Amino acid sequence: MQTMMKDLKDGPLPLKTRPGEPLPGPSDWSFELVERYHEVIKQTAGRFGLDTYANQLEIITAEQMMDAYASVGMPVNYRHWSYGKEFISTEKNYRRGHMGLAYEIVINSNPCISYLMEENTMAMQALVIAHAAYGHNSFFKGNYLFRMWTDAGSIIDYLVYAKNYVAQCEERHGLEAVETFLDSCHALMNQGVDRYRRPSKLSLAQELARREEREAYAQRQVNDLWRTLPRREDKPEEAREERRFPSEPQENLLYFIEKNAPLLEPWQREIVRIVRKVAQYFYPQRQSQVMNEGWATFWHHHLLNTMYDDGYLTDGVMIEWLKSHTNVVYQPPVGHRAYSGINPYALGFAMYTDLKRICEHPTDEDRTWFPDIAGAPWLPTLDHAMRNFKDESFVGQFLSPQLMREFRLFSILDDEDRPELEISAIHDESGYRAVRENLSRQYDLGSREPNIQVWNVNLRGDRSLTLRHFQHNDRPLAEGAHEVLKHVARLWGFAVHLESVNGKNAVTKRWSVPAPNH
Amino acid sequence: MLQQIIDRRLAGKNKSIGNRERFLRRYKDQIREAVRRAVDGRGIRDLERSEDVHIPKKDVSEPVFHHGSGGSREMVHPGNQEYLKGDKIQRPKGGGGQGGGGNQASDSGEGEDDFVFTLSKDEFMQVFFEDLALPHLIRTQLAETPEWKSHRAGFTSDGTPNNLHVVRSMRGALGRRIALGGDARRELRQCEERLAQLQANPHPTEAMAEREIAELEARIEELRAKVARVPFIDPIDLRFRSRVRTPVPTSKAVMFCLMDVSGSMDESRKELSKRFFILLYLFLTRHYEKIEIVFIRHHTQAQEVDEDAFFHSTETGGTVVSSALVLMEEIIRARYPSGEWNIYGAQASDGDNWHHDSGRCRELLEQKILPLCRYYAYVQVAEPEQNLWEEYARLAENTGSHFAMRKVTEASQIYPVFRDLFKKETAAAA
Repeated sequence: MQTMMKDLKDGPLPLKTRPGEPLPGPSDWSFELVERYHEVIKQTAGRFGLDTYANQLEIITAEQMMDAYASVGMPVNYRHWSYGKEFISTEKNYRRGHMGLAYEIVINSNPCISYLMEENTMAMQALVIAHAAYGHNSFFKGNYLFRMWTDAGSIIDYLVYAKNYVAQCEERHGLEAVETFLDSCHALMNQGVDRYRRPSKLSLAQELARREEREAYAQRQVNDLWRTLPRREDKPEEAREERRFPSEPQENLLYFIEKNAPLLEPWQREIVRIVRKVAQYFYPQRQSQVMNEGWATFWHHHLLNTMYDDGYLTDGVMIEWLKSHTNVVYQPPVGHRAYSGINPYALGFAMYTDLKRICEHPTDEDRTWFPDIAGAPWLPTLDHAMRNFKDESFVGQFLSPQLMREFRLFSILDDEDRPELEISAIHDESGYRAVRENLSRQYDLGSREPNIQVWNVNLRGDRSLTLRHFQHNDRPLAEGAHEVLKHVARLWGFAVHLESVNGKNAVTKRWSVPAPNH
Repeated sequence: MLQQIIDRRLAGKNKSIGNRERFLRRYKDQIREAVRRAVDGRGIRDLERSEDVHIPKKDVSEPVFHHGSGGSREMVHPGNQEYLKGDKIQRPKGGGGQGGGGNQASDSGEGEDDFVFTLSKDEFMQVFFEDLALPHLIRTQLAETPEWKSHRAGFTSDGTPNNLHVVRSMRGALGRRIALGGDARRELRQCEERLAQLQANPHPTEAMAEREIAELEARIEELRAKVARVPFIDPIDLRFRSRVRTPVPTSKAVMFCLMDVSGSMDESRKELSKRFFILLYLFLTRHYEKIEIVFIRHHTQAQEVDEDAFFHSTETGGTVVSSALVLMEEIIRARYPSGEWNIYGAQASDGDNWHHDSGRCRELLEQKILPLCRYYAYVQVAEPEQNLWEEYARLAENTGSHFAMRKVTEASQIYPVFRDLFKKETAAAA
């Protein structure tokens, strides 16, 4: 039985026997060597109690890596021109040498699939295995967001189903119809996720069995909602009652459309559902990038270093992966040519490393800021930090003053009512809390993406749909909104309005798109 | 714990090919335009090449809701050097990637760039010659690939079960049964009659009669077995519907390429006419499997040459255009009877002809060549309208759609003129 990380209060399990000589570190890998490295990495990870899904390592070519890139990292996906676009630009950048391909892609599935690119050297393969197959993998299995929102066991099956279903629709209804419909769904993908409810598990068999039933039922519901027959006279009260629909604003636009759009064909509803499910699958990744990448980076760093100390790795292998590691965790300062925001690898790696430091060598400052964890056993602490947070709360909880000083973090207030920007807080005694709070909010998906909800449907009149944008700090919507609204109108089938509402509940801007022709 | 390493390298690449097709289909118009521009700029030797296509980024973007600039927000940045709390900074202009107030630096960094991708050589040529065809091709359109039609051709003794012809097979079986069992049956019938006779009229010599009856019965037994041994149906009886593939009668076509290489054709004019013929050549060889091309070049004398000499060798002299037309007519008479062949002509010249010759050219065309031709195109690669142009213009008035003439003075006009001359018949040429 494997030891769990949370039980390792006295640090990692001891090494059983030191190897006689290190693993060979040639630049060319071989299957046998990959297997040997993997065996050692697995043992080492086991000593730290990393709990993972079973691993499946797949060797692929650069071209296949680009294929995988293009279909949002998944081994199968339905066909759509936007993935073609993605593939073309990836290929172009790669061929011109603008961009190295990522060394790895890892898929949150069970077994967890990690791709190793054939061009990698042995040292890089070791890095990828430690990073993806043990780092990411244990995060997928442990973090609450992934546990709650994704079902690793069935995602591949579901995508196979989705691909076939979309292909069938293309055959039946024409490429064009399916393509434009998917375009419209994709436009709402970010607004197509449930934020607070756990989706039921889906398996291929269940999906198939339930689909027909669902289609029929959904159509009935829709029909009922739009019933135009006059009410019976003996129930006059109900007839007069102004029914508000939806009775409460709804945040999942795709869900609302799937269930309520009056004119959609059953196949269209199913496609909305597919897009929605895929969006939901990626939802946790969008809010745990710092944590996820940081965790994987921390563990490849820690595992490979441990293996070196144990005598498994040669100096050459160490130098090689460290070089790549250093590039990955580099954080260019603001104003630098390469600066494009905070590097999630750098921040995440630094935070886990810092957590370990706080546990093992706390300073007085740490004791004031983190009384619970200063001096606590580090493995259970890290385990807890990995499992129960998302980026927003992780930063809010664990960003230490020391780290803020190291990163020299500072906060800029940009208010359109004022002529100048203002430095609102820096990494000093009076600013720590503010900086931390701001950074935490920066990772809150709710503030990064506009909050748009279904507000009302005009049931008695023109059947138009009204959406509401609730402004966050009075930030307006960007220009594309009108275009998106056209897509919404295509899905809804009737006119669509969008109102932008500021903090004082006053509508500041309004967009309208008339009903599409049908 | 289950663990495995799988080698996927051989398992299909190009998984994205379907997505790429969908992408190309969506941006067909932009791609066509890019191809047109590309052809203008290319040297004749590298026409058949891949090409970069630029599409404005906003055309390929997929709209989503996101925040615009404005409102108030606080952003955290790393690498503070000099700032203290309360410092004021100028708002950076344009908001490009500089920390300051710009959110999502990656977004604003590359606003207006085009989306660029490479059209492969094949894709390029496909777009290049889309919707072109030889005009007035008689009867069937010339097949771009050999077309086969399968039709019935009686019956064969072998084939696949789905082609089995039951009635035929049974008839064969019946015939075989008659043929094989006929003698035996006839004898059987005789024996039975004889037996019946013997049994009805007992013979005086009892012993002999009894022996004969016994013999007859034995024989009958034998014959019955023999008849029964003939199988009801046998593999050799089976007949299958036979279908053979015959090529669809495609019309044969020949294209005459006539190029002026006289002294007045300077390098740039030669270049223009070569470009035109290269286009023609690529188009014909790509789209029509069975087409013959005859290359004729002329100065004062005309000469039939092969493709390589036509495009690449140099020679100059005076100009007698009619020499080429005479040679063309001779070749037609000798090798391409007009009843069997669809004959096309394409001529490129700078129009600078020996002045007595132009009238002759018109007559030759009008009386001898045009009646044999489906379509004849003349391209003048120089601006001045000399007597040849005038004569041809007169001709064009009289002959209608079988004759077309265009002027090309720069490389960029070649492709449009070419498309114009050979667009598909629904929009008839000239």
